[in-house]
Amino acid sequence: MKILVCMSVVPDTTTKITFTDNDTKFNTQGVQFIINPYDELSLTKALEITEKSGGSVTVATVGLVDADAVIRKALAIGANDAIRINAEPKDAQFVAEQIAAIVKANGYDMVLTGRESIDYNGGQVCGLLGALLDWPSVNVCTKIDVQDGVAMFERDIDGGRQSISSSLPVVASAQKDLCEPRIPNMKGIMAARTKPLNVVEPVSSETASTYISFETPAAKQAVKIIDAQNAGQLIDILKNEAKIIA
Amino acid sequence: MTGIYAENSEGIFKKAVLEAASYASQISNGQVTAVCVGTPNAGEAEKLAQYGVTKLICIDGISAFDAQVYGNEVAKVMSSNGISQVVVANTYEAKSIAPRIAVLMNASMATNVIALPDTSTGFKVKRAAFSGKGFAYVTLDRANKLIAITPNSTELKEQPVSIATETISGSGSGKTTITSTSKAAGKIPLTEAEVVVSAGRGMKGPENWGMVEELADLLGAATACSKPVSDMGWRPHGEHVGQTGITIKPNLYIAIGISGAIQHLAGVSSSKVIVAINKDPEAPFFKAADYGIVGDAFEVIPQLIQAAKAAKN
Repeated sequence: MKILVCMSVVPDTTTKITFTDNDTKFNTQGVQFIINPYDELSLTKALEITEKSGGSVTVATVGLVDADAVIRKALAIGANDAIRINAEPKDAQFVAEQIAAIVKANGYDMVLTGRESIDYNGGQVCGLLGALLDWPSVNVCTKIDVQDGVAMFERDIDGGRQSISSSLPVVASAQKDLCEPRIPNMKGIMAARTKPLNVVEPVSSETASTYISFETPAAKQAVKIIDAQNAGQLIDILKNEAKIIA
Repeated sequence: MTGIYAENSEGIFKKAVLEAASYASQISNGQVTAVCVGTPNAGEAEKLAQYGVTKLICIDGISAFDAQVYGNEVAKVMSSNGISQVVVANTYEAKSIAPRIAVLMNASMATNVIALPDTSTGFKVKRAAFSGKGFAYVTLDRANKLIAITPNSTELKEQPVSIATETISGSGSGKTTITSTSKAAGKIPLTEAEVVVSAGRGMKGPENWGMVEELADLLGAATACSKPVSDMGWRPHGEHVGQTGITIKPNLYIAIGISGAIQHLAGVSSSKVIVAINKDPEAPFFKAADYGIVGDAFEVIPQLIQAAKAAKN
């Protein structure tokens, strides 16, 4: 099994999101960057699969040189090698086209992504790769296993769960519950220093979208406190003042 | 020409599909074509017509869901009908095939779109990003466009028209096989719920969720929970709302015994009205809430249940 794990580098989950340059850029000042949490799940799952049935795990990231520190962390968790496509990740379509080129060049049995990145929340790359490669795709997976050349998944569907199997090659995206993310140990951190991190230049891609500006949610008005001894009046307020329930 | 992917949920077009229809008709020139797979129930096409859909094309002959087959077939029908802008609802199913439609139509794609586009210069949409902590304005630059809208975020605007229905046969066999499906019967899916009652560690244990469910039932609400509660296995992970769980946008979100960590707020802060109930007056949730009750969940919830019952009668 050759597995490619697509990884986004994202701001830490506790980051206070602000914008600079007249609200045209995300303010990276003082921000700690991490492996996108869903991608951390797909990386861990890829390692579990290859430890069981052999194979290798490669991590691919579209990003500039500042992504390297986070890529090293993925290598420390256990990926065999990494590829960084040396470009700003402009949008999901750009990223998917870059990853698809890597997959076509190197050949993989399985490509794993996260359900979405926690910064742009597109949730598109899994399906985009499926189409670009003309592979089957299964999104929001809570279980992934491979047996005798068949991939088996459990995935979230609207209002429930579904078990689904697929031939290889296949692309799938990781949902919470897939596994417990691994934390790098000292041995892994030492080994990561010498693992291959190959930098490749991007392939050309037609512009799909352009981020023009950003804004943060409007500040809330001060909370109206309702007396706990008379909590029932909340229902009346929601009905007659906020007019939010019937 | 504007089209929508009308997700067929066991014969029914849900509210999210109607929202896509309404959005599409507001950006169209008066003609909207809906494409669905399978045969909807009687009367469902007319629901689409209420929101401006002039034509429904049903693709027949495809048995089970497969993202690749659905994506290929829907994209083919859209292209052959001259559709250049596609609107879909951001459900799991639509999200699994929308990127495929975008690639096959060479369309620019945006998900989590929450408002009508600004077409004064180019085609600019507003989308939720940074897990609820920000919004982005993005232009879709290719000639063809695909817009995936967040349920509950755009207005349902009636625009009654008459609708023509056409059935065509589709083909293609997928490389995936569905082996089993389980759906929580009778429960309102969280992402579609207009009212959500959510509870956290303040409930002290899974055995105390009965009163949360009773209150939710009375309010016609779905139930949700915080991350620690789902991590401890008190509630199924599908109920976990927050940055690494589900992002929701109900009209009313009631948080009971949840402190309001930034990661939790990220998943719920777009709710129209937020109520926080917590015994700690310093809980961060009170800063994000419209209404607050400082009190013990076990004393507050019974009062709410009683009041909700009284309001019903």
